[in-house]
Amino acid sequence: MPEYNWPSREASTVIGKVHDRLDGTVKSTGAAKYTYDVNLKNQLIAVAYGSPYAHCKIKSLDVSGAEKTAGVVHVEILPQGQKDTEIEWEGELLAVVAAESEAAAREGISKIKLAVEELDVFADEGNLEAAEEAGRTGNGGGKVETVNEPGDDDDEDEFVEAEIERLFKQAKHVVEGYYAIDPITHCCLEPHGSTVEWKDGKLQAYLSTQNVSGTDEQFARDLKVTADDVHVQCEYIGGGFGSKFAPDYWGIAAARISKATGRPVKMMLQRDQELKLGGSRPSGYLKVRLGADQNGVVQVWDSHHWGSAGYRGGGVSHSVVPYVLVPPNYRRTSTTIKSNTAQARAWRAPNHPQACAMTQTALDDLAATMGANSYDIFLANLANASNGKADVYRAEMEVGAKLIDWKAKWHPHGKGPSRGSIVDGLGMALHTWGGTANTSSCLLKVHPDGGVESFCGTQDLGTGTRTVCAQVLAETFGLEVDGVRVNIGSSKYPNSGASGGSTTVGAVCESHRRAGQDALEKIFELAAKELEVDASVLEAVGGRIRDSANHDKSITWRKACSLIGLKPLEVTSNYQRGAASTLTNSGVGGVQMAHVEVDKETGVVKIKKFVAVQDQGLVINPKTCKSQIYGAVIMGIAAALYEQRITDPKTGKFINAELSDYKLARLGDIGEIVVELYEPESERVRGVIGNGEPPAISPKAAISNAVANALGVRVPTIPLTPKRVLDALAKA
Amino acid sequence: MTDSKQKSAPKSGFSRRAFLRGSGAAAAATALHTQTAAAVDDQGPKVVRGETSITLNVNGKDVQVKAEPRTTLLDVLRYQLELTGAKPVSLDGSSGASTVLIDDKPVAASTTLAMAATGKQIRTVESLGGEQPDDVVQAFVSHDAQQCGFCTPGFVVAVRAFLNKNPDATEAEVRAGLNGNICRCGTYANIVEAALAVVKGD
Repeated sequence: MPEYNWPSREASTVIGKVHDRLDGTVKSTGAAKYTYDVNLKNQLIAVAYGSPYAHCKIKSLDVSGAEKTAGVVHVEILPQGQKDTEIEWEGELLAVVAAESEAAAREGISKIKLAVEELDVFADEGNLEAAEEAGRTGNGGGKVETVNEPGDDDDEDEFVEAEIERLFKQAKHVVEGYYAIDPITHCCLEPHGSTVEWKDGKLQAYLSTQNVSGTDEQFARDLKVTADDVHVQCEYIGGGFGSKFAPDYWGIAAARISKATGRPVKMMLQRDQELKLGGSRPSGYLKVRLGADQNGVVQVWDSHHWGSAGYRGGGVSHSVVPYVLVPPNYRRTSTTIKSNTAQARAWRAPNHPQACAMTQTALDDLAATMGANSYDIFLANLANASNGKADVYRAEMEVGAKLIDWKAKWHPHGKGPSRGSIVDGLGMALHTWGGTANTSSCLLKVHPDGGVESFCGTQDLGTGTRTVCAQVLAETFGLEVDGVRVNIGSSKYPNSGASGGSTTVGAVCESHRRAGQDALEKIFELAAKELEVDASVLEAVGGRIRDSANHDKSITWRKACSLIGLKPLEVTSNYQRGAASTLTNSGVGGVQMAHVEVDKETGVVKIKKFVAVQDQGLVINPKTCKSQIYGAVIMGIAAALYEQRITDPKTGKFINAELSDYKLARLGDIGEIVVELYEPESERVRGVIGNGEPPAISPKAAISNAVANALGVRVPTIPLTPKRVLDALAKA
Repeated sequence: MTDSKQKSAPKSGFSRRAFLRGSGAAAAATALHTQTAAAVDDQGPKVVRGETSITLNVNGKDVQVKAEPRTTLLDVLRYQLELTGAKPVSLDGSSGASTVLIDDKPVAASTTLAMAATGKQIRTVESLGGEQPDDVVQAFVSHDAQQCGFCTPGFVVAVRAFLNKNPDATEAEVRAGLNGNICRCGTYANIVEAALAVVKGD
């Protein structure tokens, strides 16, 4: 077995070089077929009926009107729509209408009659007192850490209480504050859904999924067949962001309806259903007191936070509070709230964005209290970096500060010059993430004519996975990227892990590089005989196999492949998540800085400039890598300033579940964004690390801090809407 | 038919001006308005019920399609003509993902009734592909102005229409003029670069 490794920076010809994404043209011309675009002959279009009540018990669901509607072929009442079922959030699907057209299905839906017993609704998830009164709270856990430990005879709780008070008395600076971040939804532009067809006891499922290799088993389990009977395909997916790991019960229902009707069925969630059910991120509300020494280094942290991940409880994990910069003494506690809203799903860097937004804002308020430069306070607190990355952060802060011109543009909080009612401010935040490689297998075929084909059950969420696979193989064989054909997006291909947690780029780099090196070893053996050299001296460069010491001794790649014989050389290579490897690694930092303008009369915040400095080990394709970061920052700008799920506290209705009301950033809202890949040799040699999540973490805190710097007042709750800005100013 | 309407819409009786007022919620109202105007203009009031066969001109070709009065242009494109570039993202057209060109103006196909599009030149994103893709497509590829790509076709059409009208657009104009489309992955920065590259002829 060869020793798996990457070529040096100097020796690399494809890796680390900019390459257009392979599917750019098909995506830009509408040729790329997404699940929603797959139309099967004679298909039915299914639309679901959702509960208009957030909390109720079903008394009856009359679908006879739907059944009689012209064009309607089949109506199924889902288990949730059965009598006496308790519905826990608005939008929960109760029945599915399959018809000849979407319009006919919708007309059928309009004729469904529902009778319910309404139950008590709680949806005011930021209101801890009300939640307690309503009996909707649970213990979210917590942790206490103190440098001094209780004596054998001390009562632990009493000791902690006294010790924390002692530390606060000792502290030179104390900040007390409230910091909050509202829930948002994944809002995938392609809604959750599938186009499915039962044929001869087998299911063909075109599914919008981040989990091609894992969803065949999920379909099979619920439909009582084997995974071999299910073929899941997803060539292109219109957004997932952590919300599309399963067929979901509506995907299973579509399969059932296909079986019952003998026709293919396309069932995608409607837009409002996508926002209500397709995934959301838990809210977080935090009260904290922190104490720092004369240098602004936090010595003691005491916080309680609450929030909701939906009716089944959960919230932001206490384990990431305070975020990254963890002082030696802390007490963190948390409460979960059962709100009548759909259960949250993993949202790009679960827990981290909220924790960052709720705690690095408090750190910035320490700078404000001290009249200090926020940069210096973050710098001083790197001593408390819980991931041992103080040096990386320090270097990234330097790079970021230069790019945003921190020194020249800095002014103390609320003390900057104003142009009329406009003030500007700077803010920063930093983050961390794992990004370890997921399990992945790759089947590689090297054809006797020199063609290279790979097969892997991974998926490309728009991150550039296809392109990365091709670059890795091209580099390995000394070929052009166009000389490699990458096949992904089918559950019939070798298993590859779900795309979640920034694990995909590592996964496919492991499997493709391994398969490539394994295949190349065999080709070298054949070429060595032909060239009459030892295989160990050979290298694949520029479309040739050559003696690394004597370049004249070479044959073309094509000639070498012709030695394979009549059948292609086939190699399958695996990587198991967690196995030691020199190809990939885990654990990154990342620093972001925002420069904003705030209009004190209107409360409107505008991004002037945003700088993101990100490490991710070895970068395969700087172009798609940067695109990921641009995207994460833009998503972060949306979450910082615009988007929020607004739930009516009395009825639990999600009242802005359309894109005209669910406000996202538009092209004119993003200002100037500068992305810098931090890749010194010390990072590059670590190997490949995923970067999908990390840059999505800091924007909220960085922007909130910039607004606080501009105004001299903290706007406590994110998103920082104009009303909230004005309210904060009025209160100050 | 009045003279002004003849000038603006020689091939049909539809009020072109009303039709082009914009996308989004306005387009829905416009489409209804247009349909009524057409019926009045041509044959006097006419009530259409159920499915009928109509002719649409799509990407330069006349095609026969079936449509009910409620059938949207988007559904016809996607389900009858296999032109799935325009995407169904928001029923009210607020995402811009279903943008097509009708008589060279960007319109949300999701809020345009198929019957209101007869006699018009409909161009979809697919018409910008082919052997020699449109400059906008090429710029989107070279500036990586797509991630998941679901919004991309709508954006490509919107950028094409914007640049047709503003061939020398400045960066400020690009940032101000392309706010009818939503991208969830966050490709805006790359789209700005792509649009400016087309202006510069890069």
